[in-house]
Parts: sequence; structure tokens; C-alpha cells
Amino acid sequence: MWDYSDTVKEHFFNPRNAGEVAAANATGDVGSISCGDALRLQLKVNPDTEVIEDSGFQTFGCGSAIASSSALTEIIKGKTLDEALKVSNQDIADYLEGLPPEKMHCSVMGREALQAAIADYRGEVWSDDHEEGELICKCFAIDAVMIEDTIRANDLSSVEDVTNYTKAGGGCSSCHEGIEEILTKVLAEQGIEFDADSAPKPRIQPLSEPTPETPPEAPSGLSSFQRIKKIEEVIAKVRPVLQADHGDIELIDVQDNKVMVHLVGACAGCQMAGMTLGGIQQQLMEELGEFLHLIPVQKKPVSAAKGA
Amino acid sequence: MDGIYLDNNATTMVDPEVVSEMLPYFTEQYGNPSSIHQFGNKVGHAIKKARGQIQDLLGAEYDSEIMFTSCGSESDSTAILSAIKAYPKRKEIITTVVEHPAVLELCKHLEKEGYTVHFLDVDSKGRLDLDVYQSLLSPSVAVVSVMWANNETGNLFPVEQMAEMAREANVLFHTDAVQVVGKLPIDLKNSKIDMLSLSGHKLHAPKGIGVLYLKRGTRFRPLLRGGHQEHGRRAGTENAASIVGLGVACELAKKHMAYENSEVKALRDRLQESILDAVPNCFVTGDPENRLPNTLNIAFEYIEGEAILMLLNKDGIAASSGSACMSGSLEPSHVMRAMDIPFTAAHGTVRFSLSRYNTPEDIDKVIEAVPPIMAKLRKLSPYWGDNGPVENPGEAFAPTYA
Repeated sequence: MWDYSDTVKEHFFNPRNAGEVAAANATGDVGSISCGDALRLQLKVNPDTEVIEDSGFQTFGCGSAIASSSALTEIIKGKTLDEALKVSNQDIADYLEGLPPEKMHCSVMGREALQAAIADYRGEVWSDDHEEGELICKCFAIDAVMIEDTIRANDLSSVEDVTNYTKAGGGCSSCHEGIEEILTKVLAEQGIEFDADSAPKPRIQPLSEPTPETPPEAPSGLSSFQRIKKIEEVIAKVRPVLQADHGDIELIDVQDNKVMVHLVGACAGCQMAGMTLGGIQQQLMEELGEFLHLIPVQKKPVSAAKGA
Repeated sequence: MDGIYLDNNATTMVDPEVVSEMLPYFTEQYGNPSSIHQFGNKVGHAIKKARGQIQDLLGAEYDSEIMFTSCGSESDSTAILSAIKAYPKRKEIITTVVEHPAVLELCKHLEKEGYTVHFLDVDSKGRLDLDVYQSLLSPSVAVVSVMWANNETGNLFPVEQMAEMAREANVLFHTDAVQVVGKLPIDLKNSKIDMLSLSGHKLHAPKGIGVLYLKRGTRFRPLLRGGHQEHGRRAGTENAASIVGLGVACELAKKHMAYENSEVKALRDRLQESILDAVPNCFVTGDPENRLPNTLNIAFEYIEGEAILMLLNKDGIAASSGSACMSGSLEPSHVMRAMDIPFTAAHGTVRFSLSRYNTPEDIDKVIEAVPPIMAKLRKLSPYWGDNGPVENPGEAFAPTYA
């Protein structure tokens, strides 16, 4: 059985706001293709203030799907629609004191139901382009669709590349065979044969174990001070984008070509984190003109890592 | 331990008699059976005795046909990989879509390595079409691997007949019989089954011990080389204590065979009837007329298996489910999908698998606990109204899938 937190179990055994809402004026019906679960969220919105006066759910799904639905209805009650739209799936997971990585999509389904219900209230049509695939890297919760898309978008050709761009495979490394299979498939589409023999040795440095410090070289011709300042500038530039998604990024350290950052809020544990990091790393490399690894590090252990 | 254990197809309690017979082989007779000194000189005899007990349960002609392995999966891999190495020019394999992953995943892997694998389909009751099977048997087939009983539904395949057909076509036949050994009588000396896998922990022996039965004369290539053990067919120091335990477990299984097929079966049947009577919108999956005596698999429509199991567990009842959420995979059980069970029912399948340790009182408690659990979850389900499924559930609730 999954390593569910006590809060998840409590919300599953005693779900809040289960059932239909009398006089509901907003309904969101969504399902998660990745496990067949489905959720109907109903809201009673005050037309004058746009405050959610009541919310209720009906869920066809597993323990964490029911618990996520229950948590969501509790979180949004009393909020205005605009406030409610700021609730991220990470907020739902945090409210439940963490979800196993395989179950994060249950919280995503909750957030999508909320978006769908609010769209319904506002007379809009909600659609979602967020596609989920088979979970490949369980350490960082990266699925096959994201790995495939990243390989195509960046012409990646090795497991190490995939790890650098998505984080997938950077933990326990037991998914490397799966990543190689995806590489083989995607490269074959382009008429390229995946070359396992040319894989670099030694293999990828585990992301959780930063290498010992050595005096920083500045291949970009900048002094170490200028170089770090430049890195800080790039990071400062991307922060507003992340903050808009209820996340944030913080520069922790620079060692050689490794830039250690700490992801917080909605970014930590998000399936998009890897993609985000890839983008920021790309920007850093363009600005500094040297190869840099952007490595997410934990400042302190967080509960979201439970069960990884 | 308190609680009602109805998950015996997953694994079983080690019989206390098995444990006590095993203990001396940890602390007294711990020598290597290959040694001649006093710490190991009885181990060889104990292993020989166990081999005989297993031979007896399987109805094998010779005790040298019993080859010890570490588990059922190792036996399956050994059998299939041996066959394709022994017949290197034969590039086809026949198996079924409902096999255990130990066979299914290996065959899919071999497919990537260039083998043509014929996965036999099943009908809505989980049955094979033997005409299709017959048409696929040819000199290009290296091995047929078909499970004797399905772990999820308990359904039995006619493997003895299929082995005869394979022999006619001069093709090796392997069966994964981990769910059958100890539950139904087996008579291998009068069958054409060439290889058979069994696993100790499915019949009240410990985990970590398995057997590959290898009919005398079957061409074989070892998976593990480098030792004389098991006549050089499976290197590695013998797991002596577990082998002794498996021997005892086989003897006990034979002793309880009639009980399993009368008393245990009666408990299972009563559980089935009572649940079907008390809970609306549920049905037995597979072929109820043709299955193991201990297994009951019920699909509860419009609710999800993991949620059911969590509530059962709260009432002290252990069972299992074919829901996707149980494994973190994308799909509900491949067995349920193969039988074309609709999504909204496949997710709600629950397997109750009994053993000779279950009592009539256990079953009474389960019969009492199940209906309120299903009612509670259905109250949460968007497909369920006040007194039953909503009208046209597929239309009344048609979520946007993302």
C-alpha cells in the first residue's frame, strides 16, 4: 500500500463536502487519463461578491483522489474565484502533508476540476493541453510524455542529456533502461539509431551528491564575482515568471560549472520543474557563454520527498 | 495476528509446522550440503527428502526432475530463456495476454530482441481459443508458456490438453503453475508438460524458494552456471532451510487437498453468493465454472479498488485489487482489460483469495463488512445516484479527460 500521510488517510476516511451542492451554479467534470479517475466539483458562488459559499465533490477514484477532492473543497470555501484560481496542485498536496510521486496527478486533477468549474460559471469552455504519460522517473516524478517532448525539442541523444534537461534519471538511476527505450524510439523517428555504446562513462553524477569544491574557473573570461553576479541576474529575470505560477527559485551556490538552486512553492515536486530548469539552464548558458549544469538542491528535507 | 487474511494468491502465511522443521537448518545443520563434515552431512539427506515430497505432490516420475530456484519468476525466466537457447533457430514464442508479468514482460522484452511472440487473446470470460493456438504451433516455435491458473480470476487454462497439442507439433511446453500447486491435484508423469514453475510462498512455505520442474529428457540450458548444484542446472548454494520448508509444505498441501476443494471452496462460494445478493451492480469476473477453489474476483461498478481496499483494511480485512492506482500504472489490470471489462468496473475489481486457515467466522465478518463499504464509496461516486447508478452513467457524467 502507498505511504499515505495521516492527513490523506483522515480525509479519505472522513471526506469533507462529499456529495452534490444544493443550488450549485458551477460544475467542473474532469478525469485523469493516467489512472481513470474522475471528479465532479460543484460550487455555489455568490454572484455579487464572487465568493465561493459552498463546494462539494463526487469522485470516482482511489484514496488519494478522494482525499485531494476533500482537501480542495476545504481550501476554496470562502475564497473569491480569483483567489481560488491561485490554488495550485502543490497547495492541495501540501494541505494533505504530501502525496506519493505516483499520486501527484490526483492533486492536478483537483486543480483542473476547479479551473473547469470556474470556467463553467463564467460561461467559458475549459480545455486542457496537459497530457500525462507513464511515470518513468519516480524520484523526480517525470513522465514519458515530458521526456519524449524534451528529447524532440532539444535534439537530445543520451540519458545524461535527458537528466540534464528534465532531471529524470538523476536520482536512483533505475529508470535509465526506460529512458534509453524512449531515446531509441524518438531517435528512430528521426532516422537516428540510439548509440548505447557511446554513453559517457562514468555515468551521471547523482544529483543529490554535489562534488567537492574546487576553485572556480571562469571560462567565460569573467571574474568569479562577475560570473556569480551574472548568474544572479539571469535568475532574477526568471523569478517573476515562476512567482506567477506560485513558485520561486533561489540561488544557493556555484561550484565549477554547477549552479545549485532551490525550487520552492509550486515548483518543488511539480512535473514541470524539470522543464523549467532546462529553460533556465539554457538562458544561463546563453548569457554566460559557457556550459552550466543547473542543479536543484534541497535546502532542508521536505515532506514532499516522502515515499520517493 | 488479528485481522482476516483473504490475499492468499499474493502470498501465504508460513505454516507453523513448516517453520519448526526449518529452524534446525539455520542454527544446527547450517553446513554447506556439499561438505562432508558433521555440520552439513544431514543437509544433503534433508534436501533429498524435500525433493521427494515435492515430486510426490507434483506426481513427477523422477525426483531429479525437481530443480530448486529462488522463486516462481526465476523458474519462468529460466524455462523460457533455456528453450530459446536450446532451439536457437526457432524465433517464435506462444503465450497469452493474461500471463503474470514474470512471463509477459520477459516475452515483450524478447520481442524487442527480434522474437515473434504470439499473445493468445481471451474472450469476455477469460477463455482461450484452442483453434487459434493450434494454428500457431509450428516448427518455428521455441516454446509455449501458458499459466495453469490465473492469479487474478483463478481461471484455469486447459494446459494438459495444450501440452499434448504442443508435443504433437514437437514444441516445448512450459506452464506457470504457481497458483495451482497445492490447490489442485497434479499428475505430471502422465502429462506432456515439459516444464512447470512453482513458488513456495503460495503454498505456506517461505518466500525465496521456487521450483522448475523439468521433465527428463527436456533440452535445457542453465540460467546460472558455475556450480554442480541441481546437477549443474542451477548454480548457487542450496537454500537448504527453505527447501526443507517447501518439502514439508508440499506434504501438508497434499494432506489438505480434499479440504481445500470442499471446505475452502464452500467458504468461497458462500462469500460469493452473499456479496452478490447484498451488493447491487457487481459481478464475478472470468469463468466462475472453471476456476481455483479459493479465488473470488468481483467487479464492483462505479467505485475504485484502492479505495475499497483501504476501507476493508480499516475493518481488518486484507484483499487485493486490479485497479490502476494500486501499481501507479496507467491502466487497470491487463487481465480485466483483456476480458473487455468496462473501465468503470475494471477499476473496482477486488480479489478475495482464501486458504485453509480461513474460518466460517472470518467469512461472516467479511460478508457483513462489504455492503456498507460499497455503499459509502458509491455515495461519493459521480456515477451513482440516490438508489443506484444514475441514468445513462456515460452521458450524465462525461468528464474532460486530461
